[in-house]
Amino acid sequence: MCLAIPARVVSLEEGGMAVVALEGVKKKISLALLEDIAVGDFVLVHVGYALHKVSAEEAERTLELMASAGILEEELDEMTGGAA
Amino acid sequence: MNMMEAKTSVRRGSVDMTHGGGGRAMADLIKDLFHRHLSNPILDQGNDAALFDVPPGRLVMSTDGHVISPLFFPGGDIGSLSVHGTLNDVAMAGARPLYLTASFILEEGFPLADLERIVQSMAMAAKHAGVPVVTGDTKVVEKGNGDGVFITTTGLGVVPDGVNISAMNANPGQAIIVSGPIGDHGVAILSKRENLEFETEICSDSAALHKMVADMIEAVPGIAVLRDPTRGGLASTLNEIAAAANVGMTLDETLIPVSRDVSAACELLGLDPLYVANEGKLVCICDAADADALVTVMQSHAEGRQAAIVGQVTDDPAGLVQMKTEFGGSRVVDWLSGEQLPRIC
Amino acid sequence: MKYVDEFRARDLATKLASAIRNEADPARSYHLMEFCGGHTHAIFRYGVQDLMPDNVKFVHGPGCPVCVLPVRRLDDAVELAERHDVILCTYGDMMRVPGTKQRSLIRAKADGADIRMVYSTLDALKIARDNPDRQVVFFAIGFETTTPPSAVAIKQAEREGLGNFSVFCNHVLTPAAIQHILQSPEVREMGTVRIDGFLGPSHVSSIIGSQPYEFFAGEFAKPVVIAGFEPLDVMQSVLMLVRQINEGRHEVENEYTRVVTREGNLKAQELVSEVFELRRSFEWRGLGSVPYSALRIRERFAALDAEKRFEVSDKKSREVKSCECPAILRGVKRPTDCKLFGKVCTPDNPMGSCMVSSEGACAAYYTYGRFREMPKPAGEVAA
Repeated sequence: MCLAIPARVVSLEEGGMAVVALEGVKKKISLALLEDIAVGDFVLVHVGYALHKVSAEEAERTLELMASAGILEEELDEMTGGAA
Repeated sequence: MNMMEAKTSVRRGSVDMTHGGGGRAMADLIKDLFHRHLSNPILDQGNDAALFDVPPGRLVMSTDGHVISPLFFPGGDIGSLSVHGTLNDVAMAGARPLYLTASFILEEGFPLADLERIVQSMAMAAKHAGVPVVTGDTKVVEKGNGDGVFITTTGLGVVPDGVNISAMNANPGQAIIVSGPIGDHGVAILSKRENLEFETEICSDSAALHKMVADMIEAVPGIAVLRDPTRGGLASTLNEIAAAANVGMTLDETLIPVSRDVSAACELLGLDPLYVANEGKLVCICDAADADALVTVMQSHAEGRQAAIVGQVTDDPAGLVQMKTEFGGSRVVDWLSGEQLPRIC
Repeated sequence: MKYVDEFRARDLATKLASAIRNEADPARSYHLMEFCGGHTHAIFRYGVQDLMPDNVKFVHGPGCPVCVLPVRRLDDAVELAERHDVILCTYGDMMRVPGTKQRSLIRAKADGADIRMVYSTLDALKIARDNPDRQVVFFAIGFETTTPPSAVAIKQAEREGLGNFSVFCNHVLTPAAIQHILQSPEVREMGTVRIDGFLGPSHVSSIIGSQPYEFFAGEFAKPVVIAGFEPLDVMQSVLMLVRQINEGRHEVENEYTRVVTREGNLKAQELVSEVFELRRSFEWRGLGSVPYSALRIRERFAALDAEKRFEVSDKKSREVKSCECPAILRGVKRPTDCKLFGKVCTPDNPMGSCMVSSEGACAAYYTYGRFREMPKPAGEVAA
């Protein structure tokens, strides 16, 4: 459940609001659930609220993990001549 | 009521019941607003019915009621939309549109300045398309019984000899072409909906397609199917064709043009661009051998700049439209069920 | 779209698919329950099942808030709109869900009830401000993800003194439901539902963190991997579950680290506990009465509680008898096991909630997956 999408904070607005951008689409959302959000941060947006900051480092790590899963297999394949 | 008052009211006031009452106020409205902007020799005859000659060939006729909220949206308004919508319906039969009619249902209290804007926009769209509005009608309903303005337009066109376009013509092996990025109209409208507002530069794709269609038919007279994927989007249109012709379809998600902003807006609202409305796009099905030539013709028109082959017709008695996903899997692309509503989950 | 497109990349999908194929033991099968409808949706929409070996099977869970809301609560919402003449604000998802005698909010709206679809609780507050002479009720549904925005709205309404605003609270809790499934006789004794591991909620966990799952991963010896909702997240999580199962481990692992921490969003948790408290028990469609599985508005905010402000009549709410939604929600039956599926019950004419929400197993099956149950047409290219 719970449709949410990462979007970039482009400006901080009055009343704990912010404008986020997803490509060229901009939407005003509430930052009421988060602390210390700065312009340029990516946040996970759900029903008009930012739920959590998206960590760039962790995203990178996960992608590396995914890529390495395949590499490990390829190496394994090479070692066993594809019989794995 | 003297002439001066009537004129003032046409410029500044709002629609009242007298504008549909058959008296002078109505006559003034018709003359100062509708005739002034939509003027052409047939309309200017001033009769209740338009009289004209018809060229030889088979005639096609199509009618379309236009209701839209908001009335003015990025890339158009109900006026231009009501011209484009009907012209496209006529063009999808392979016809050259000749004449339009327009019927207005106005809600009491609707600002006349807005009405004039709408009529001007209609006039401009008709002029640009080269198809005159030859007769019309106006009715006024009490406040609360309408949504500002409803416009019904009817179009008449003539089909060139030898052209036979119908959804039933779709055959396995044929190519499916889309004339450009999908979903722009629906997203542009949603961006202005109350309680949903978001900022975007996406504009409605509302446009008349008959000139491009004429060139397409000239290049490939044997085009099997033409359809404009309006409400229900590309997915519903393809399902209609598949059902009519008793065939299946396989689409390739990577080939379907969708602008980045439309994708983004759809992600935000939980919508699927395949189901979002278009008002200036067409789907064409033709023999695979003709597909590249047709795409080239389409790309020479502004309305078809990003035309692309997106899939093929398959032999499938179940009539399923399937799609190879960008991700490498596959799925069914079904009809739209109900209205596409923004969702949270 | 950053953090979206990367997690839908085909080349990585191919790599992960081959890794899963290589590591999944052909001598056994892997029954993985995706609790969330978001995962169900991703699996179908991107065709993830096509990339899985035959012995990795997804069991669709009850994690669709629309699907699990009992008919009675929906009937109550319809009554609020019709009898009490309130402006009922709802998320779009609820509009078409059939209540007793197929009555939905969209039908009630057609018959004149003032029902407004909103995208956010902020919109509902705005409607209350714009209509000071009308009562405005926000029909709050959803799991832990959707609860904090309701809490914010309640606090905001109190601050502004919006006397015409109230919330009809139906927020439910994920860990309680997962535990309930694991304790159910079908899983524990009868073995009719086999679950070897869980794909854990993604966005729910962004709020509650990964810690709450630790209890039942240990207690029931089932591995849990918190998984993002993008298709690569699902595949990576499947790989992690396969590894845990192969190694006999049953830990809570977190694949969705870019958003989920062990603690979750503490500020949101504080807001929620300030405004809401546990209900002793709450009825879930499909699961029945589940102890401590839902929230209600605390006494301190009673003035903003629609259940206290409006009296709803005692009524006999009924679901369509032959609708198998309850069994499907428990993972006991598959959509195609239901006699109504695809015949009487379609997304155009839904009989049960699972056919309405695009996250519902029936709707996902009908919309994206039906062809898997059909003989393959000639000439179809295998994906």
